[in-house]
Amino acid sequence: MIRGKSVAEEGKIDPMYQFEVQPILEGLGFNLFGQEINFTNSALWMFVVLVTIYLFMRGGMKRELVPGRWQLMVEGVIGFVDNIIDTSIGPNGKKYTPWVFTLFMFILFANWWGMMPVGIVGIHPFTVTSQFTVTGLLAAISFSIVLIVGFWKHGFKFFSLFVPHGTPLPMIPLIFMVELLSFLVRPFSLALRLFVAMIAGHILVKVFANFVIQSIDAGGASLLVAGLSIVFIAFVSALELLVCAIQAYVFALLTSLYINDAENLH
Amino acid sequence: MDLSSAQVIGAGLAAIGVGAAATGVGNVFGSFLEGALRNPSAADGQQGRLFIGFAAAELLGLIAFAVAMIILYAPPAA
Repeated sequence: MIRGKSVAEEGKIDPMYQFEVQPILEGLGFNLFGQEINFTNSALWMFVVLVTIYLFMRGGMKRELVPGRWQLMVEGVIGFVDNIIDTSIGPNGKKYTPWVFTLFMFILFANWWGMMPVGIVGIHPFTVTSQFTVTGLLAAISFSIVLIVGFWKHGFKFFSLFVPHGTPLPMIPLIFMVELLSFLVRPFSLALRLFVAMIAGHILVKVFANFVIQSIDAGGASLLVAGLSIVFIAFVSALELLVCAIQAYVFALLTSLYINDAENLH
Repeated sequence: MDLSSAQVIGAGLAAIGVGAAATGVGNVFGSFLEGALRNPSAADGQQGRLFIGFAAAELLGLIAFAVAMIILYAPPAA
């Protein structure tokens, strides 16, 4: 399939076109050790996400004695993340709040920005979290925190994580290998879940958008298909907004669970 | 049968796994509701576990989807 020629050819939408990372502001690009370094649409939307988070937090951190709506919203989010950490790590978890909060907010806002219908004014949003490099990096940082904290606090006793209490002696090598494997798969599953969930939702919406265009082209009775597809797109978009929030929550929750393993062993 | 149609059929077969994961996710939430309605006071404390179960079930469906997409968009073998 040839990408990059989205709508013009055969009146079809290429559902993968929206995930393409393209350089914008060509003049800024430079060459670093044989790699093209460019300011891409992905980078632009990361900036948008960061600015949005900054404005959101800024508006609610005025420490008014009687909290307004905005401050209540910000306090709600902070309390939510605090609660995740409290229930999964316990009293030792306070120091990980900044990272888990960063993860949650960045993923949530990036997911939601990708769903925003700003395309109707000509600005096409790019879902930052639909790239494996982005989610993979987030997962890798989480995993490194687990490794560093685990080995820093417990030294080689950290390996006892892979042998549950009360394992019969002959079973220990087998259990150790299985647990080690499941431990090593964690960052990949963490990254893959978020990135595929985002890709899947967006492709689904675009495929149905394709139906709308094609059935309007055909005219006649197939206009019914177009109408149904539009209704379906509305429902799927609403569902996607929920999935965006759930994915951000799950990422933060699993990260704090993994940190719990490192912090408290079993 | 030429290769490109085999590719599309393969992608369709791989997508069956998504349906299986849908059963799994439904099972997770269904069982949670079943338990939660019997003992509503204990339900709130188990929400973290609910979403861990959801995430585990959903991941497998998403992997099936990824496999289907890889097959569907793979460059056709010559």
